[in-house]
Amino acid sequence: MKLPPVEYEAPTTVADAIDLLAEYQDEASVLAGGQSLIPLLALRLARPAMLIDINGIDELSGVSVTDGRVAIGATTREYVAEESQTVADTVPLLAAALPLIGHEAIRSRGTIGGSLAHADPAAELPAVARALDAEFVVRGPAGERVIPAAQWFEAYLTTSRQPDELLLEVRFPAAKQDTGTSFQEVARRHGDFAIVGLAASLVLSGGVISDARLAFAGVSDVPVRAAAAEDLLVGERPSAELFDEAARRATEDLDPPADLHGSSDYRKTVAAAVARRGLRAAAENAARGSD
Amino acid sequence: MVDITLSVNGAACTGSPEARKTLADFLRDDLNLTGTHIGCEHGVCGACTVIVDGRAVRSCLMLAVQAAGSEVTTIEGLAPDGGLGTLQQAMWDSHSFQCGFCTPGFVMQAAAFLSGHPDADEQQIREALSGNICRCTGYQSIIDGVLLAAQRNRQGATVNADQRSDNGSNRG
Repeated sequence: MKLPPVEYEAPTTVADAIDLLAEYQDEASVLAGGQSLIPLLALRLARPAMLIDINGIDELSGVSVTDGRVAIGATTREYVAEESQTVADTVPLLAAALPLIGHEAIRSRGTIGGSLAHADPAAELPAVARALDAEFVVRGPAGERVIPAAQWFEAYLTTSRQPDELLLEVRFPAAKQDTGTSFQEVARRHGDFAIVGLAASLVLSGGVISDARLAFAGVSDVPVRAAAAEDLLVGERPSAELFDEAARRATEDLDPPADLHGSSDYRKTVAAAVARRGLRAAAENAARGSD
Repeated sequence: MVDITLSVNGAACTGSPEARKTLADFLRDDLNLTGTHIGCEHGVCGACTVIVDGRAVRSCLMLAVQAAGSEVTTIEGLAPDGGLGTLQQAMWDSHSFQCGFCTPGFVMQAAAFLSGHPDADEQQIREALSGNICRCTGYQSIIDGVLLAAQRNRQGATVNADQRSDNGSNRG
């Protein structure tokens, strides 16, 4: 369908955008890449009175590294991050996930901040942000605050951003040495939303796992961290038996939603499979890196 | 209404679309460039793919006002002087298409992809085109056409290089 009538503003500064958000509150939608919002408008699933197009705010785009933190501006396009050597070198898990987002034409327009603010639990970037404990920097009339990923994702398509706040950037920790990462997903075809996806990151110190991070996409209304499996993994040496047990622990409490792509039980089985694959791939990746 | 100026197929264009008008509708309704097809109208089928500032985009997922200042290439701008470009000729020779509805989207997506990946193999081409839907062909003939175009582009590049070194006759 054609989009419904809507007012439109394209501020060029963060301050102007926040003024508009403060005025329109939840009657406004922030338009970044538009690859999720415009379909929602076309399908009448979103009916904002005002679209605030932030693509003209130059300071919101770009990748920078400071003190071991990699800050990615909210309107940085997915293809730009995908082609960024800085991202590949410092946040390899993000680099692994980016090519799996939608299709090439979607990544031409889609933005890092847009995907994370849209917060589709089946999308790749929320799982990456949750696995890496990314931080979300938002600013509103009351000032700036930094929200950890554990508190960012509240429910399906819902974040802790207030209606008058704008997401400015997302900060990822730079990967430590000897980190191995893998993003696994099972989808009907390349580019589709994952039936189940997994972001996995392991740090190997002298052959022993010193840090383990696992987050699932597509198994709940938010990305889900597998804390029990992480606890099991730390202090152990990688092995097939260990990863089997980690996959079991990671999935035992899951109760995934059912839809036409798969039942809840099927998703749970797939979750265990991608957990095993992801751990194996991340461990191999870490071992290669330390050679 | 928002006043915009943009370049479409190399020509400067102006318009005053409503904010809610997509680039796809602007191209078709305001500029009368009806080669860009609209299928699903929510970013799933790929039929409306055009090239904006060198990148393939879905013109139904971009507002016309967002294209202000951009360089847009549509299917009408791909062929030199009414003929067929290398990609189009290769797809013609491979019987890539049947009904033709998805054709402009596939061709624009393939054109954008090949320009950045001249040595693409079959698997890469399949993945690059996986966001475009065709209900007639079963896709194999489309993949064949794009592979043939990539091959001809590479041969053409070699021929041109040979011609330069041999100062030979111009074979196009």
